[in-house]
Amino acid sequence: MIKGSVWKFGDDVDTDVIIPAKYLRSVDQTVWPKHLLEGLDPTFSSKVKTGNIIVAGRNFGCGSSREQAALAIKWAGVSAVVAESFARIFFRNAINNGLPLVECKGISKAVDEGDVIEIDLDSGNVKTKKGILRSSPLPPFLKEILKSGGLVEYYKAKRAV
Amino acid sequence: MLGSTAVEKIIANAVGRRVRVGEFVEVPVDFSYFHDGTGPLIIDALKRMGVEKIKDPDRVGIVFDHSVPPYSDQAATLQAKVRKFARDQGIPKFHDLGEGICHQVVPEMGYVSPGMVVIGADSHSCTLGCFGLFSTGVGATDLAYILATGRIWLKVPETLGIDCKGRLSGKVSSKDLILEIVRMVGTDGATYKALEFSGAAVRHMSQSSRMTVSNMAVEMGAKTGFIEADLKTFEFLGREGKTFRTDTKVERIRVDAGSLEPKVACPGSVANVKPVYEVEGTHIDQAFLGSCTNGRYEDLFEAAKIVRGRKVHRDTRFIVIPASKSTYLKAQKDGLMDIFLKAGAIIGVTGCGPCLGVHMGVLGDNEVCISTSNRNFIGRMGSVKSSVYLASAQTVAASAVEGRITDPRRFS
Ligand code: SF4
Repeated sequence: MIKGSVWKFGDDVDTDVIIPAKYLRSVDQTVWPKHLLEGLDPTFSSKVKTGNIIVAGRNFGCGSSREQAALAIKWAGVSAVVAESFARIFFRNAINNGLPLVECKGISKAVDEGDVIEIDLDSGNVKTKKGILRSSPLPPFLKEILKSGGLVEYYKAKRAV
Repeated sequence: MLGSTAVEKIIANAVGRRVRVGEFVEVPVDFSYFHDGTGPLIIDALKRMGVEKIKDPDRVGIVFDHSVPPYSDQAATLQAKVRKFARDQGIPKFHDLGEGICHQVVPEMGYVSPGMVVIGADSHSCTLGCFGLFSTGVGATDLAYILATGRIWLKVPETLGIDCKGRLSGKVSSKDLILEIVRMVGTDGATYKALEFSGAAVRHMSQSSRMTVSNMAVEMGAKTGFIEADLKTFEFLGREGKTFRTDTKVERIRVDAGSLEPKVACPGSVANVKPVYEVEGTHIDQAFLGSCTNGRYEDLFEAAKIVRGRKVHRDTRFIVIPASKSTYLKAQKDGLMDIFLKAGAIIGVTGCGPCLGVHMGVLGDNEVCISTSNRNFIGRMGSVKSSVYLASAQTVAASAVEGRITDPRRFS
């Protein structure tokens, strides 16, 4: 169960606003969370707290394949992203790095910024003040990668067997 | 017997059994590639995985294109890391600075052939789908997993057919066609799906024009932009391969290439597409001709026809960057570079150039650029207060001459 308070964003949040390209070539990777979603809200990185949840509209994470977008979100302490839909490369990158995602229709309408929501990754249910929204849970294969903590850990676990 | 889509057949061929749409499968990868931007994270992931030797160095391509030449000490340091990796692993298909953009270099070198499963650590790897193969973009960790195991997890995508009838003509190019398609499908209308472009317009266009079409599949959320291979495909690659064809019914969208007009995608969203005449006269500070979308010889050729004997507007900087070294050489030999230089254009080093907004033509506050590239998100090419219009090589060249957005049909 993941529980946390919500930061809300709209449709088509792209990887260029999640983390602008100019920070990607930084050797010091701790800078990424400091510029998280800077393109939409320059003060966001100072407001977001460990355990917070991002809620967004359609096509979250569209654009480039930069894995830094998923990493910046994870390293900023965000515990999950719930969106109406995700862009496919972002979706892969998040799962591969152990960042939980829930694709949940109707979530934008059901929550306001600051609400506390509860996510049950096993069932795919999201509890909001307006009731429980159902979504399809991740297929078992992807849950396994997520549970291992990402694709790297999944690979190591498989190798060890 | 029930038929399948070409993409299903390619995946089935790779895994050695029939596959169903929506199924998750581990697929052997025929060729994978990445660039200096995604390379460092791939190397980090391999290290964390504890992989010392990658599985098959012959099936990997590395092309430096994102920071060419490096724009900061950090970029140079990261490139050195990837260069050392290529040497240590004995990767023969390694292309250092100046060879071109990965999506251009990989097919130009004939590293791929129809029927293959190809994965690139860059979102525009969907471009290679126009060579009759399955190609998609992934992030660094996925690519590291491929280097370690030779495999990737994939969900077998549903196919959305885009039937392009008619024929492109005059100053209307395949960029205008794909912009119109993005407008129709929307920025997420093809998420998780494979797009398959077909029809007379696609058969008639050059392989380079097809690359422009497939390049922008990801702008609709698609996994790949498949086009059935034909003689033009074999000729471009310098090799043949297994040809796969869709023989089942798929959902289709129809578009008439014959009645198209030049288009632009207005700032903020690639789907915000309008006919050029609706925004004609908009002031521009910069015009960019290049990128993996439209930096090929035919793009330079069409643009040079417009610029020839004219001058770039004094208030406009016109940046021209060939997509690869071989493009550059041919354009130079044929006098195109002379035309651009004499008109007042700035020629950049072969690579991605200002497309990703970090160097060689970054936009300042309130500046406007018209670009042949594929993304116009907020801040994509520089300041978050700048804006980008996307258009064809012809429209960009006409606009560079006029200093404002201009319909290329005004130039005969
Ligand atoms: S030219 Fe632009 S879109 Fe193409 S690979 Fe380079 S940065 Fe990406």
